[in-house]
Amino acid sequence: MMTRLHSRIADLNNEEVKRYSRHVIMPEVGIEGQRRLKASNVLLIGTGGLGSPLALYLAAAGIGRIGLVDYDVVDFTNLQRQVIHGVSTVGASKLDSAADRMLDLNPDIDVVKYNEPLTSENAERIFGEDWDIVIDGTDNFPTRYLVNDACVKLGIPNVYGSIFRFEGQLSVFYAESGPCYRCMFPEPPPPGLVPSCAEGGVLGILPGTIGTMQATEAIKLLLGIGEPMIGRMMLYDALEMSFQTIKVRKDPACPVCGIDKADVVLIDYEQFCGMPAHDHSEFSSADESEELDIKTVSVHDVKSALENGDDVVVIDVRDPHEWDISVIDGTVKIPKPDIQLAKNGIQGGRRLWEETVLKDIPKDKTLYVHCRSGVRSADSIAYLSEIGYDLDKMFNVEGGILAWADEIDPDMPKY
Amino acid sequence: MASIRIPTPLRAYTGGASNIDVVGETVGEALMNLVEAHPDLRVHLFNDDELRSFVNIFIDDEDIRFMQGLDTEIAASDSLRIIPSIAGGTVGWSLMEWK
Repeated sequence: MMTRLHSRIADLNNEEVKRYSRHVIMPEVGIEGQRRLKASNVLLIGTGGLGSPLALYLAAAGIGRIGLVDYDVVDFTNLQRQVIHGVSTVGASKLDSAADRMLDLNPDIDVVKYNEPLTSENAERIFGEDWDIVIDGTDNFPTRYLVNDACVKLGIPNVYGSIFRFEGQLSVFYAESGPCYRCMFPEPPPPGLVPSCAEGGVLGILPGTIGTMQATEAIKLLLGIGEPMIGRMMLYDALEMSFQTIKVRKDPACPVCGIDKADVVLIDYEQFCGMPAHDHSEFSSADESEELDIKTVSVHDVKSALENGDDVVVIDVRDPHEWDISVIDGTVKIPKPDIQLAKNGIQGGRRLWEETVLKDIPKDKTLYVHCRSGVRSADSIAYLSEIGYDLDKMFNVEGGILAWADEIDPDMPKY
Repeated sequence: MASIRIPTPLRAYTGGASNIDVVGETVGEALMNLVEAHPDLRVHLFNDDELRSFVNIFIDDEDIRFMQGLDTEIAASDSLRIIPSIAGGTVGWSLMEWK
C-alpha cells in the first residue's frame, strides 16, 4: 500500500471549495484530499506535447505549486500538439506562455519557472527544491536517463510518459518502492541503429492521451489512492486502440537503483546516449557520416545542375509522405531507410538490392543528395560509400529542401 | 504458432507487418526464425547470438529476463512482444534528424 508522499495540508477558502466542488464531493478526494493537493509540489520537465496537458490539468486540479523546466520558445510547428501555447505566443518563451495560461485557468496556484535546459549540473539543485513528484515530459533519451537517475538519487517518484508516432508508454518509476527506468531500459539504443526519420512524427493527440494519464497518476500518488503504476507499464497503441499492461520488475543489479542513493552519480548523459539532449547542445554524436569528409553543394548548385541538364543525378532521400508536402522537380526519389536496407543487404551478400533500390543510383555519375535539412542525406552518402560508391562523386545538399524553400522557391511549404 | 508483436520502429524491417506468427519451442528459437524470415531485423535485435541489452522481450506481461531468457519455453497460444525504448514525439530515436 502507498504511503502518502507528504503530510502537508493547506486551507481552502470558500471560493476554492466552490472551484473544486466536483472533487470534494467524491469521498476519495474530499476536502482533506483537496487540501493535500493544494499543499503539493509537482515539477514538470518540459512544456511541450506531454507538458501541455499535464500543466493544464494539474493547474486546474489545484496542485498548489507547479514547477516548469524548459528553455525553448514556442514554434509554429508546436501547435499541432502543444495545446497550452497558441498563435499569440509563437516566438515567446514556453515557460511564460505556459505559466500565463495556467494562471488564467487557476490564479490560486504558484508556478515556478526554471528557464534552463536540465543538465547533470543543475538537476540536483532543481529537483531538490522541495518537489513531491517529478513528471517526465521530455522528448529525448539523455534527459530521460538524467531525470530517472536524479529522481532515484533524491528519492522522488518519476511519473514517466513517452510517445512515438501512434504508440505511448506510461509508468511510475519510484525506486523507494519499485523499479526505476533503468531496470527496464538499462541503456538506450545506439543512435543510427534504428532509423529515426522513417518513423518520426507523432499523432498530435497522443501526448494528450499519455499526458493526461501521467497527470492522473500524479494525483493518485499525491492523494494516496488507487493502484499507482509502480512496477507496471501501460502500453498504448492508438491505431489498435489497445492498452496492455506489462510488469516491470526491480533489477537487483540495476546500476542506479541497485546501489546506495548517495553513490548515484549524475553522468554525462549525452555521452552515455551518444546523442544531444537539446537544441543548444554542443554535443556532436560520432555519427558514421561525421567521420567522413563529405563534400557539399548549395541549393543554387542543384538548381543550375537541373536547369543546365548537367550529368548530375539529384536524389531525394526523404520519406514518401514528405514528397507529398514538397518536391524539387527532376529528382530521383529513394528514401534513406531503403538505402540503409540496401546497404545492409549487400553487405550480407544479397546483391538483389543492386537491381531494386540501387538501380536508379548510378555509380559513374555525380550525385547530389538532399533530404529535409541535410542530415539524412549525409547518412545516405555514408551508406553508399560503404558499398562501392565513390565519395568524391557524392555531394550533400546543404540545408536540404528547407534551404531550397528559403533561397529558390519562397512559395514552397516548409515543415 | 506463437505470435510476435512488432513495435512501430521495427516495422520498417518486417514489410510493415505488426504481428508475425513464428514457430519455435523457445523464445530464442522463435526470434531466430523471425530474423531468418526478416534478415534486416537481426542487427536490431541481436549482437551475434546475444539479445541486445536494450531489447525487451515479453511473453504476455512478463519480461523474459526474469524467466529463463531466450531459453524460456513458449506455447502456441503465447503472445510475444518486443517493447521498444522510445523517447519522444519530435525526435524518435535520434534528435539530430528532425530538429
